[in-house]
Amino acid sequence: MNRFKWERTIPYVILSIIGICFLLPLLWVLFASFDANAQQALTIPDSFTLANFTDILSEPATIRSFIIGLFLSCGQALLVVIVGVIAAYPLSRYTQKYKKPFMYSILFMTSLPITAVMVPVYQLFIFLNLQDSLVGTMLFLTASGLPYGIWMLKNFMDAVPPELEESAWVDGASIWKGVRRVVAPLMIPGICTVAIFTFSMSWGNFFVPYILIQTPDKFPASVTIYQFFGTYGMVEYGKLAAFSIIYTLPAVILYLFSQRFMSQGFSLGGATKG
Amino acid sequence: MRADVQTQRNQIGSSATGKKKKDPTAWRSVLFLLPSWLLLLVFFIGPILLTFYFSFTNLALTGTQAQNIEFVGFQNFVSMFEDPTFRISVMKTIVFLFLSAIVGQQILGFLLAILMKEKNPTFRRLIGIIVIAGWVTPEIVVAFCWVAFLNDNGTLNMILNAIGLESVTWLYTFPMISVCIANIWHGTAFSMMVFQASLDDVPKTIEEAATIDGASRFQVLIRIILPMVKGSIVTNMILVTLQTLGVFTLIFTMTGGGPGTSTQTLPIFMYNQAFVNYQLGYGTAISLVLLIIGIIASLFYIRSMKVKI
Repeated sequence: MNRFKWERTIPYVILSIIGICFLLPLLWVLFASFDANAQQALTIPDSFTLANFTDILSEPATIRSFIIGLFLSCGQALLVVIVGVIAAYPLSRYTQKYKKPFMYSILFMTSLPITAVMVPVYQLFIFLNLQDSLVGTMLFLTASGLPYGIWMLKNFMDAVPPELEESAWVDGASIWKGVRRVVAPLMIPGICTVAIFTFSMSWGNFFVPYILIQTPDKFPASVTIYQFFGTYGMVEYGKLAAFSIIYTLPAVILYLFSQRFMSQGFSLGGATKG
Repeated sequence: MRADVQTQRNQIGSSATGKKKKDPTAWRSVLFLLPSWLLLLVFFIGPILLTFYFSFTNLALTGTQAQNIEFVGFQNFVSMFEDPTFRISVMKTIVFLFLSAIVGQQILGFLLAILMKEKNPTFRRLIGIIVIAGWVTPEIVVAFCWVAFLNDNGTLNMILNAIGLESVTWLYTFPMISVCIANIWHGTAFSMMVFQASLDDVPKTIEEAATIDGASRFQVLIRIILPMVKGSIVTNMILVTLQTLGVFTLIFTMTGGGPGTSTQTLPIFMYNQAFVNYQLGYGTAISLVLLIIGIIASLFYIRSMKVKI
């Protein structure tokens, strides 16, 4: 009986320790952002204030950088999902000779580090006269997110039984309509996963805009926050923390949102039987 | 209408058996795949091919070389292999990969997933949220968190002082360990979720049967669970290793590759050569090394994955 208790408690102890280690660095940002005189060390603020947030949000340049960031990330996520679902359809439903090599090259591209091609991409953008262009940056980000998007969406689409689509055809739907009205809605968990993953990757991406965008007016939030860190980071801890929280928020909200979708999602099993 | 459905159905059937000579799904496939291929060709495959080309040129960001690109053969590679900083960067990259991706994220992620299995749901959720918070946090904020946490007057030193230990200048004394820990903190949740999903797929009945036959928990883990989730371990390895290979922002923000060259992994070295020293050709040659390591790793892993496509 004693040994049984041991076996049950130890995992809780280990998990709690890991949890605390993971929590501590995060707590600093939370506390410092509400602290009027934030320091580097984790302290519970003695004077609670929202001044850090209002200071950051009253800066028009910061607001602009957030809007640009949202434009880049939402645009990329949307494009990846649309182009990805369209590409996933033949890959999931048809058997073609080129399908295998295609899927292998997609998988291959999924894993290639984008960092490695940034120097030639910079040069390519100069050739195409796209340097400093937000749309160009978004298209590049889309291409870099597509392999993962196609790969995931194809697998999610495989899980949607073809019978459901066929019954839509019986009711007179075209292939395209079948994708939009039957397959895509049933893939919502998958689509959300891909969209949110793509959004977060792009929202958090500092390197790509840092290389491809030169005009400070066009910097997305990831680059302005880096500049802020470079200029005030070692003095204004409270503001840096507040900026970090505002910047992290969209990613967190979308993640929580996707969780709601996901929990509703994975119950396709009954659809064909019912 | 019925006939339409019949042809659509037949198309699926026929393409599966491949008996029909003229396949009506073929043009549709091409059409559906066109947008993705265009984007990939211009912005993904193009740059990869350019990497190979530019590595053999004297491309520079400024000066006369910026206008006249000349083919210089293997000159970039010769100077690269003669450059002691390059060799250091390769070593730093290997250390960073091994400590943060393979040891850190993989093992910690698996440990978390297996320990959280069948625990109190509230507790499981709580730990899950905390770990995932580090993953959802953008890389650059992760860097800020850890710069502050490891600072001379930061939280970690405060804790060390509280238990009677000396402060450590983490980012100067142990820069590599510091960036590795930050990367583990950021990346572990991904591995954890992958392993949680695959552990959930292991049928409970098999475990129960083994336990009834007298297998210990450890034996169940080694003999039953591990072989059954082998596939996802390998898949996860591919993603984590290659993600870590491309880590730039975290190191760039935390240490800038320093002090000296102590955290100068290949991406940082590439950036410094291309955009700080303006030697794009040399920078691209370094990218090519990074790319080739990535290609080899990808091929190796795809082979070992044995995915069904």
